[in-house]
Amino acid sequence: MDILNALVALANFVIVPGLAYGAQLAIGALGVTLIYGILRFSNFAHGDTMAFGTAMTIIATNLLLAVGITFGPLPTALLALPFGIGLTILLVLFIDWLVYKFYRDQKAKPVILVIVSMGVMFVMNGVVRFIIGVNDIRFADGERFIITARDFKTMTGLNEGLAIKTTQAITVVVAVVVVAILFWFLNKTRTGKSMRAFSDNEDLALLSGINPDWVVKVTWMIVAALATTAGVLYGLDKSFKAFTYFQLLLPIFASAIVGGLGNPIGAIAGGFVIAFSEVTITYAWKKVLVYLMPESLEPDGLVQLLSTDYKFAVSFAILIIVLLFKPTGLFKGQSV
Amino acid sequence: MNPALKNTALFSFLGVLILGTGIVQGWNTALLIVNMGLISAIMALGVNLQWGFAGLFNIGVMGFVALGGLATVLVSMPPVGEAWAAGGLQVILGLIAGTATIAAAIFAQKRFAGRTRTLVTLGVLIAGFFIYRAVFDAGVDAVEAVNPAATGYLGGLNLPVLFAWPVGGLLAAGAAWIIGKTALGLRSDYLAIATLGIAEIIIAVLKNEDWLARGVKNVIGLPRPVPYEVDLQNDAGFVERAASLGLDPVTASTLYTKIGYGVLFMIVLLILLWLAQKALNSPWGRMMRAIRDNEVAAEAMGKDVTARHLQIFILGSAICGIAGAMMTTLDGQLTPGTYQPLRFTFLVWVMVIVGGSGNNFGAVLGGMLIWWLWVMVEPLGLGLMNILASGLPEGSSLRDTLIDGAAHMRLLTMGLILLLVLRFSPRGLIPER
Repeated sequence: MDILNALVALANFVIVPGLAYGAQLAIGALGVTLIYGILRFSNFAHGDTMAFGTAMTIIATNLLLAVGITFGPLPTALLALPFGIGLTILLVLFIDWLVYKFYRDQKAKPVILVIVSMGVMFVMNGVVRFIIGVNDIRFADGERFIITARDFKTMTGLNEGLAIKTTQAITVVVAVVVVAILFWFLNKTRTGKSMRAFSDNEDLALLSGINPDWVVKVTWMIVAALATTAGVLYGLDKSFKAFTYFQLLLPIFASAIVGGLGNPIGAIAGGFVIAFSEVTITYAWKKVLVYLMPESLEPDGLVQLLSTDYKFAVSFAILIIVLLFKPTGLFKGQSV
Repeated sequence: MNPALKNTALFSFLGVLILGTGIVQGWNTALLIVNMGLISAIMALGVNLQWGFAGLFNIGVMGFVALGGLATVLVSMPPVGEAWAAGGLQVILGLIAGTATIAAAIFAQKRFAGRTRTLVTLGVLIAGFFIYRAVFDAGVDAVEAVNPAATGYLGGLNLPVLFAWPVGGLLAAGAAWIIGKTALGLRSDYLAIATLGIAEIIIAVLKNEDWLARGVKNVIGLPRPVPYEVDLQNDAGFVERAASLGLDPVTASTLYTKIGYGVLFMIVLLILLWLAQKALNSPWGRMMRAIRDNEVAAEAMGKDVTARHLQIFILGSAICGIAGAMMTTLDGQLTPGTYQPLRFTFLVWVMVIVGGSGNNFGAVLGGMLIWWLWVMVEPLGLGLMNILASGLPEGSSLRDTLIDGAAHMRLLTMGLILLLVLRFSPRGLIPER
């Protein structure tokens, strides 16, 4: 019984939130890694692309709600997601045409593109604030829980409850679907294959007649879709605030680098590595340990390795460790 | 147009902007902009050293600036005797235990090989962590329990606040050494992410370690290097001199202290600018640019690229630390909650790029110019929005959106300026010679 209680507590506070957060990071990191693989620069505007997509989805959600359309027990934002994705695709294609294309044609150094993406980040951040303001916005509606802690307790008779939020379940399901579609696309379709070829060896790809403009356009479209999805899932799970999305940049980059920049499988693995380390290291283990330890050994403190405010430090420390010992990441990524 | 004339014209234009602000908005506002502008110029000098001279992509400026601010507290505030008695030594012991653990782990890495190495390192780290937490946490609790509303921290050394400026530089240099040692051998993107991360961590430490500098409870009332306005107003001699200039004592005292700060900042800026110019035109500076332009060739000529990068990374970060200490001195308080990467890292980058990377005068011009714009965009934007919205009916939602939007004009404008400069004048206002 004690072991079951400990397992449930672990699932409730570590595994379920870690899975959801890991899935959000993984989708975010996939976007970063695709840009890095195809366009060969670290896109600092990615966090703000996520924020823009989410802002558009929130507006579409509000419009849907205003005309009385809901998605039953599921959040209405899922219905609005395609609108958000569409608008974000238009925006990033416009930005690519207006800003990035010039430097690509010049064959500018990657670091110049990074600085350019910093400028884009500023502008997008400003645009998002202009459109939707700086306040905390909660836009999850429908059923809040699939199973609440109390129901779980009465159902099983355990001391510990297991609560699963609808948004957490949706996050994981959507992530699986998105990743499946992405990998099918990259591995089975002609465009996907040409993207991989372009990423592996640009010169050879150009030689075999792959149209670089088309590859770049498709990449931006996929990245916009991924960024919006990641942003909306994160926003549904927690809340939307323009500034938090900017701060997500660090764990997302950490995920992409830990997994190996430019490698999609690595991005997913990296997302979960970062998420679970953040959650386990900042979790107060007392709740689990009281069930497992004999009473005499019961811990006095919270048995929390680091306070939650240091979660940045965790993703960063893992990043440094991986870089020091395996500079190309867990899965072999590209290096410039 | 020859470069000297163009530069004079650019700096005169800056002067006209500031004079104009003084005439339209009052001299207090203008001096406030000048003072922060001078500090921004110093930050830009630091980043220019790293990016312009050596091509290092440091986006952790905020962290170094915050460390400078921390130095101000540690140097100038009076020590809290009670807190030291309660747990000061224990905190120090805990920190020593932590450092010793890391040193032992690094030693183990070098000493052993194979599986033993992994096991010993892990063992040292885990054991060390628990010893460190046991010693450190008790000390921290004791210190933070001492009168938490007013102190709850260890205090500083009670030295004159001007000492804090070089100390701020030293603190930042120390942090830069640690980061540089780990991240400089890697690719440029990784250095960027590493510095971005370390800056966030420094801010997190400042926010949460209350024993150090009171965290988000802020340290207020830092000593000042210039007299207080109230003292000046009570000084009969000062009031008399103010009256002879036709100023009332209150205005005169505020102007006097601001000019005092301005002169101090100007002295620091001129010293650093002189040093940076000397460095740029020395064999060392030429070597740095050679490394930046072609690392492989420089290495072939026998230059130790990683060591030189580490050197200039530390120097540039130290300058940012000095600027951070000066800024906290000017504010008179350390407020870790107000450090934001957009304001303290990316804005400095805009300054360097717009001013002209690789040129020290460009960095100074960019620093002051962009700071002026950063301050003025909001009133200018509001004015613009009011004109745009004037045709719309009172109370319409579009009108409200437009006017509220003025508050968010800053980031938009800075981004646009950065993008425009990068596109049409990538070498900046005063290009590298």
